[in-house]
Amino acid sequence: MNGLRKFLDKIKPSFEKGGKFHFLHSTFDAFETFLFVPNKVTQKGAHIRDSIDLKRTMSVVIVALIPALLFGMYNVGFQYFKAIGQDAGFWEMFWFGFQKVIPIVIVSYVSGLSVEFIFAQIRHHEVNEGFLVSGMLIPLIMPVNIPLWMVAVATIFAVIFGKEVFGGTGMNVFNPALLSRAFIFFAYPKHISGDLPWTYGLSQHIHTVDGFSGATPLANAASYAVDKIPDNWTLFVGLIPGSIGETSKAAILLGALILLFTGIANWRVMFSVVFGGLFMSSILNLFAVNAYMSISPLTQLLMGGFLFGAVFMATDPVTAAQTNTGKYIFGFLVGLFAILIRVLNPAYPEGMMLAILLMNAFAPLIDHYVIQANIKRRLKRVQVNKQ
Amino acid sequence: MSKTIKLRKGLDIRLKGKAEKKWLPIPASQTYAICPEDFIGIIPKPIAKEGDELKAGSPLFYSKDNPEIIVASPVSGRLLEIKRGEKRKILAFIIEASNEQIYEQSVDNINDLKGQDLIKALLKVGLWSFIRQRPYNIIANPNSTPKSIFISGFDTAPLAPDLEFILDGEQENIQAGINLIKKIVDVPIFVGIEPNRNSIFEKIQGIQINYFSGPHPAGNVGVQIHHIHPINKGEVVWTIQPEDLAVIGRYALTGKYDVRRKIALVGSQLSIPAYIETMQGAKISTFIENNSTSENNRYISGNVLTGINKGKDGYLGFYDRMVSVIPEGNKYEFLGWAMPGLNKFSMSRSYFSWLRPKKEFVLDTNYHGGVRAYVMTDQYEKVVPMDILPQQLVKAAIIKDIDLLEKLGIYEVVEEDLALCEYVCTSKIEVQSIIREALDLIRSEMS
Repeated sequence: MNGLRKFLDKIKPSFEKGGKFHFLHSTFDAFETFLFVPNKVTQKGAHIRDSIDLKRTMSVVIVALIPALLFGMYNVGFQYFKAIGQDAGFWEMFWFGFQKVIPIVIVSYVSGLSVEFIFAQIRHHEVNEGFLVSGMLIPLIMPVNIPLWMVAVATIFAVIFGKEVFGGTGMNVFNPALLSRAFIFFAYPKHISGDLPWTYGLSQHIHTVDGFSGATPLANAASYAVDKIPDNWTLFVGLIPGSIGETSKAAILLGALILLFTGIANWRVMFSVVFGGLFMSSILNLFAVNAYMSISPLTQLLMGGFLFGAVFMATDPVTAAQTNTGKYIFGFLVGLFAILIRVLNPAYPEGMMLAILLMNAFAPLIDHYVIQANIKRRLKRVQVNKQ
Repeated sequence: MSKTIKLRKGLDIRLKGKAEKKWLPIPASQTYAICPEDFIGIIPKPIAKEGDELKAGSPLFYSKDNPEIIVASPVSGRLLEIKRGEKRKILAFIIEASNEQIYEQSVDNINDLKGQDLIKALLKVGLWSFIRQRPYNIIANPNSTPKSIFISGFDTAPLAPDLEFILDGEQENIQAGINLIKKIVDVPIFVGIEPNRNSIFEKIQGIQINYFSGPHPAGNVGVQIHHIHPINKGEVVWTIQPEDLAVIGRYALTGKYDVRRKIALVGSQLSIPAYIETMQGAKISTFIENNSTSENNRYISGNVLTGINKGKDGYLGFYDRMVSVIPEGNKYEFLGWAMPGLNKFSMSRSYFSWLRPKKEFVLDTNYHGGVRAYVMTDQYEKVVPMDILPQQLVKAAIIKDIDLLEKLGIYEVVEEDLALCEYVCTSKIEVQSIIREALDLIRSEMS
């Protein structure tokens, strides 16, 4: 450690102002602070500071995503061997999925972080850790068949237009990871909807066994083939076609437990999304005129990316409502719209993505009214006093 | 009617080095100092000159903006030096103490005075500087009429002394102080204390007691004001610390400007954290001699959240009731953010220190991370037990929108009430100085 520290101290001057590599100072700083928590001490205000920083926060989220990632890799292999009708062992399936998923993860990180570093450099900022999570979220909400260049284009689009144009991490209006998915969804719909993208090789027309369709539960539901939707237990375990990280609700709930226990994600958002979803699907049940509307609320929660969105996307503190009261409203409406869009507009089977992006846009408005309510309470106090 | 208010929000930082309930003998300080930085918004104009012989209670300086306000010498002796810093800013009035304490002649009929006359007398003898006002937490404007007066009878800050222990035996002085204050202005005097403590204040006449329980900052007078008699725009509330009230009371009874006080020496770097009896402005090194365990320490007059870094050769602050000694954090930590962190105290459970719910932690002065834009929300709300939106208030302070600040309740807080926000902030935002700058801006716009 000491040797490394000495080496960094030796090369540090060339990255400081006037140094030869000053144009790379943000990059140097990013790597230095990655390796060593800086020796900076408090100068004003509180003399002690909590041990938590953004790096720790983001790494906790990444840890929470690992169960979904690992299961996703396994499921990619599982779906592939199921499609071609071959038997394979656990490790064979996992290794197959690993080979298919890792390139997407790498492309997402490399393209996104490049943009982050360039912008940090231009702005003379420190590199923000926000993309560490986005870079992991993006692969998890992609279908396994997605071309890698598309991942790169979508990621770069999302980071530049979703984040940097607003001023970088902490300033963005829309969730960057979801924006990348929305970008592909509208720019290259063939690659992210229908029955083919979700199982490796289907888009390339590999030979499948008879009867294998690759349709996701949501696609089944949208075509009113309700009887083809797997039972709740299968949906919960997650050996079904779908985006890489979204299929296993068990893995997602494990991640949710980590996030809630550590206090990193906000329980208000998470629970109110779930409540909103249950509420809307119960309403639809009451007025059911078709098979989709009569799907039980629990099954609705277990289908598609609803839970993944509730746990990892809606809870993004930057793009969700920022006030506590606002978080209840925000979450409830996300859940409500997700079910509403998915059931009543079958052209958009994944209602969750659109619901969260929609509510991202409304979050500042929700906050505005919550803040106004606080202001009114304070004004009312004056009037009570005067009487 | 006393109220009992249970506060749930807040945070008790479990620090190592709580003072044992015993008195530690210490040598008397040779020099004493009054530092203008202990007073908010005061530009000092010296009255005494270097070399002057002073008595305890002799005026040292007055406030440039309000010449009536003077600050007095804590001891008798000789004014050794008026220490100046950059741009000749006065840093300290350093007094060499005489062997025997001689007191300034007293105003003899102080107990017969009332209203404005009493205010004038208190101003003259330097006791007025113990009365502070909200908003702003400055020395009270003598021309203001408060709507009430608040005293917090307990301190919840990290490692704070037990005020009941410190105030033991001061009942007469406190009662005399209350009696005197009541003659200045006839407004309710609210005292906040902890329930079930057999508090000294329960024996005092002429006050209204309210009970507060909960984690820090329940003992902050600002939090208590918010729940009992909140400050609206244009209103003023006065605040006095109990030990300062005792100083005023002592004067009323004996006619002596006697600023002896009992304080706590705390912090993980002390071999024996305990209580001592000393005097306002005493030199910190006299307390610490042979008592600290390392050299790389920070010596804070006050608590670790709001105190001032005075250094070992610094002096006890004007209003302070404790000296905290903690290790400096000027070292690199390899992959510190990725470690399990059994020794890293955090409000979140992101480090495994949650496995040790009883442990008292050693915290140093390291930032533990870099400054970032706001990412997390809901952290500040967890540590502010008031109906205030702290993050929105801080953001309004950053953009210096006075109208919005007023609407969001800036008059109800001073930086110490949001100090925990600064402690818990993931993005390492300097909340206290942001709030202070906003308060200074409003104060200059209003005058």
